[in-house]
Amino acid sequence: MVDATGLLPAVTVVTPLLAAVMILVSGRHENIRDGFTVAAAVAMLGSVVAMLPSILAGERIAVSLIPLLPGGDLALRVDAFGMVFALTAAVLWLLNSFYSIGYMRSLKEHAQTRFFFCLAVAIASAIGIAFSANLVTLLVFYEILTIITYPLVVHVETPEAMAAGRKYLAYLLIGGVFLLAAVVLTYILTGTTGFAPGGFLAGSAPPLTLQILFILFMVGFVKAAWMPLHGWLPAAMVAPTPVSAFLHAVAVVTAGVFGIVRIAGWVYGMDLLASLGLGTLLAVIASFTIITASLFALTEDNLKRRLAYSTVSQLSYILLGVSMLSIAGMTGAMAHIPIHAFLKITLFFVAGAVIVAAGRERISDMKGIGRKMPVTAVMFSGAAIGICGLPPFSGLISKVYLAFGAVEGGVPILLLVLVASTVLNAAYFFPIIHTMLVASPDDERSLDSVSEPPLLMLVPIILTTVASVLIFFYPAVPFMDLVEIAIGEITGSVIP
Amino acid sequence: MEAVFEVFLSHYNYWMAIILIMIGFYALIAKGNLVKKLIGLNIFQTAIFLFYISLAEVEGGIAPIYLPEGMEAVYVNPIPHVLILTAIVVGVSVTAVGLALIVRIYEEYGVIDEAGLLKVVKRR
Amino acid sequence: MIEHLPVILITVPILSALLILLLGWHDRRFCYPITLATILFQFVGGIALLIEVMRQGTIHYHIGGWAPPLGIEFVIDTFNGYILPIILFLAVAAAVYARRSVENEIEPEKIVSFYVLFQLLVTGLVGMTITGDIFNLYVFLEISSIAAYTLIASTRRPRACVAALNYLILGSIAGGFVLLGIGNLYVATGTLNMADIARLLPASYGLATVHTAFLLLVIGFSIKVALFPLHLWLPDAYTEAPSAVTVLISTVMAKVSVYAMFRVVFSVFTTAYFVETVPVTELILLIAAVAIVAGAVLAIAQDDLKRMLAYSSVSQIGYIVFALGVANQVALEGGLLHILGHAVMKGCLFMVAGVIIYRLGTSRFSDLKGVAATMPVTCATFALAGASMIGVPPTIGFASKYYLVMGALEAGYWVYAAVLLAGSLLAVGYIWRFIEVAYFSASSHHEDGGDHCPAPAVREAPLSMLVPMVVLGFLCLLLGIFVEPIMEIVSPAVSLLLGGA
Repeated sequence: MVDATGLLPAVTVVTPLLAAVMILVSGRHENIRDGFTVAAAVAMLGSVVAMLPSILAGERIAVSLIPLLPGGDLALRVDAFGMVFALTAAVLWLLNSFYSIGYMRSLKEHAQTRFFFCLAVAIASAIGIAFSANLVTLLVFYEILTIITYPLVVHVETPEAMAAGRKYLAYLLIGGVFLLAAVVLTYILTGTTGFAPGGFLAGSAPPLTLQILFILFMVGFVKAAWMPLHGWLPAAMVAPTPVSAFLHAVAVVTAGVFGIVRIAGWVYGMDLLASLGLGTLLAVIASFTIITASLFALTEDNLKRRLAYSTVSQLSYILLGVSMLSIAGMTGAMAHIPIHAFLKITLFFVAGAVIVAAGRERISDMKGIGRKMPVTAVMFSGAAIGICGLPPFSGLISKVYLAFGAVEGGVPILLLVLVASTVLNAAYFFPIIHTMLVASPDDERSLDSVSEPPLLMLVPIILTTVASVLIFFYPAVPFMDLVEIAIGEITGSVIP
Repeated sequence: MEAVFEVFLSHYNYWMAIILIMIGFYALIAKGNLVKKLIGLNIFQTAIFLFYISLAEVEGGIAPIYLPEGMEAVYVNPIPHVLILTAIVVGVSVTAVGLALIVRIYEEYGVIDEAGLLKVVKRR
Repeated sequence: MIEHLPVILITVPILSALLILLLGWHDRRFCYPITLATILFQFVGGIALLIEVMRQGTIHYHIGGWAPPLGIEFVIDTFNGYILPIILFLAVAAAVYARRSVENEIEPEKIVSFYVLFQLLVTGLVGMTITGDIFNLYVFLEISSIAAYTLIASTRRPRACVAALNYLILGSIAGGFVLLGIGNLYVATGTLNMADIARLLPASYGLATVHTAFLLLVIGFSIKVALFPLHLWLPDAYTEAPSAVTVLISTVMAKVSVYAMFRVVFSVFTTAYFVETVPVTELILLIAAVAIVAGAVLAIAQDDLKRMLAYSSVSQIGYIVFALGVANQVALEGGLLHILGHAVMKGCLFMVAGVIIYRLGTSRFSDLKGVAATMPVTCATFALAGASMIGVPPTIGFASKYYLVMGALEAGYWVYAAVLLAGSLLAVGYIWRFIEVAYFSASSHHEDGGDHCPAPAVREAPLSMLVPMVVLGFLCLLLGIFVEPIMEIVSPAVSLLLGGA
């Protein structure tokens, strides 16, 4: 299993890094530079897909790169759960690349080389997180991700953007410090940091220590934007929309929840979490975040910020699923990662399209915009419906699993949280749909210059929406199969 | 009373060294004039030298210069003397550099005391 | 020839200093090549010694054939075998860097003296590193200090003289304390050879003489090392000195002073004294923790790049002394790693500052807006070294921090570990200042689409300054990734320290 396939994990991580260097070098020549972005995205997707068959067959690919620190070498291990994240990231990066190129060129943005360079390194870090074999590798890529996304957040260089950037950095670096402490502590307690299905922490320390350690991990994974440590995410909306799409669907936030699920399944193990009572803690945090963030979303008129709060809320669905400590709950949590990614990126893509094609950011300015941008608006509506959990979009799948998980885990009260959240989702999404499609603009003439966004942006929007529908009808391919294998790993049983 | 006097007398070299060091320190810190500070530094260093030499004392010993009598004569311990010779050279070099710096400061700023210097440097 | 390498490493630079003096009066252009050649030779020698030590164990060299404890010997074990190539490599980098910088900042008539003193400084520092005799340590300490005082004052700016005088006074006090401490040790043991003292000292652990000696030596070295709150000479000295000198003293001199402190505390007094008999480690740890935080906070408050970096050095020295305070294997490995890491990082950062002064004539933040547009390589290097300073993986700064935190947690010092981590966050505060100013400040906006605008004439640093800077920057990254080979030298060094001389 080592030879050629063994190289693929490393190839997947290195490809975007090489592309980043080439982007720097070819900065002056726009088309060549953007060509590198696309080429790397294609290559990376190919590499990930190439590993898919063996992972679906239940195998894992491991490769150790460099002995780094006591506690873990820099090592990659591709397993089913990591593949879920990586596949999502690879597919969406490809689409995001086209979208970004279209967006940046339409708006004639400055510093595009720096932009694409940082994006390339960021995706490499995200894949590194997905494929990390131990906590040290995870930590390394996690921190790189923090630093490299900073220039993306402050891209427009306005005072507001700089302030947002500082907030972003403060939250994420402080989180990183907590994560470092947690990783070191794990090593001291157990002598290893390698991920093991079912966890390896059991019995290594008194319960209080393990509980404190879990809290350290939670704060460390502040990228999961759980309340009250979510402030960096709405602030980061000053970034150009491709960045917001990337941050919200592909890389940063998903890395955060990915980390928490990894810790739950491969470091602690569900039984240990149950015995420590951490399921309850997680459930409280998740429920609080879900409800409160949805309420915040209701008050936001800026579309991107509303979507940001929606993301905060949706991410905690995943945490909620973990907290149920039941198989169905875990399944729902893991499934929600790609499902939410595809739906959310669609919504953000549309937000960006509206900015580019109509120059509007506020929902109240978008009245009747559906008349001039019908395809775009319909796609938005579809994705919004999907997030609410209605068929024929994939959002229903994870909701159903979460609901079953609540019952199975013996916490039916969480069903209430799910229901309340669905209602709130509808409450803050349907008005947008109404505004876009049904309402009539205050001033008929103001829509004259509005039209559909350029194809480079429109096509990805359509593709992600279609993908969400496809996932609904063919969930097993490949995401649910992967999730099934992953759950089997950590629990030794099969999902219904 | 007797005991205190005893302690003082038997270790008078320690006491003298400490008193001189304190005098040197005082001059270093309390005096505003830069040259006086340097003198204080010198006193401080010299006190240390004296302390070392006093440690070398052997009862009835003579200066550790090798005499024709050779090893039958009783010498004081030569090692501290050697060390202090080196240290004196160091002290001289430091004083020289210090004085050169003070001359330069005076040429540039026209002041030679600390308070005036602070004012002038801030103004520049 | 090779057996005499230790003493050759001392005599060659002294001779070369004389050579520069003689030839330089004749023609100024001789100075630089001779300096560079000598330091390169020393660097190669340092590597050779390290290889020899790793292969055959500790090297003892008796000067003039006189056997210790009466004769002076040079002892090279894994600890100073590790330190020596590091400082000599930084000296090479500083020497390469110095050429243009010196031309810019030093008056032509003084260039000869400058290079002579440069050589003497390196001599003194190398001597301090390899000696096994404690008084010899003091002598070399003073040699290097005097050279440093003069070098700091060698620039045209009058403030440098004040800074140098300040440093002179404090440094001489430190030297005085060290001398007194040595005297006390001599009284207690009757010998000046470090290994011998370590052997004889345990019999006298209860004596006030020994306690006094420890106190005096630690305080003396703390002043030299600029451990907060005895750091007052450092900000002015580093800021006002010529850029090449700052690079040299902030990396080489600071590290050798730390080495001397470690050597005296661990190899002469040994852990049997300062951990078991007179437990001062907690106190040292406390002071170090304060240094970390205070240095960082003061750094954030600065509005001049060089001064900010100087205070950052105060903070980083705190990290290394932190390792001394924890005094277990892992933490000391982190401390030794940080000696290497900080030398490389700080050298790189001060080189950046020097380059900016070379091109822009100033290093105040308010004058540096948007400088990343005209000096992209320089600022990128700063970003790299700065990231290492903050502790972003996979740089060397991250590796040393990891070890330090691990050591602290293993020893049960939760609070101190938290302080250490807080310190690294504070580092973000001052590093980010420059990143924001250089990259994201007003002047570099191009409105007409991406990178098509005609670039202003890029006045990047000259090559001889750029190359060492970039090399050091990349080393921050490379050393962090390939940290295992380094640990193979560091681990035995730490075992040696903890096991006693």
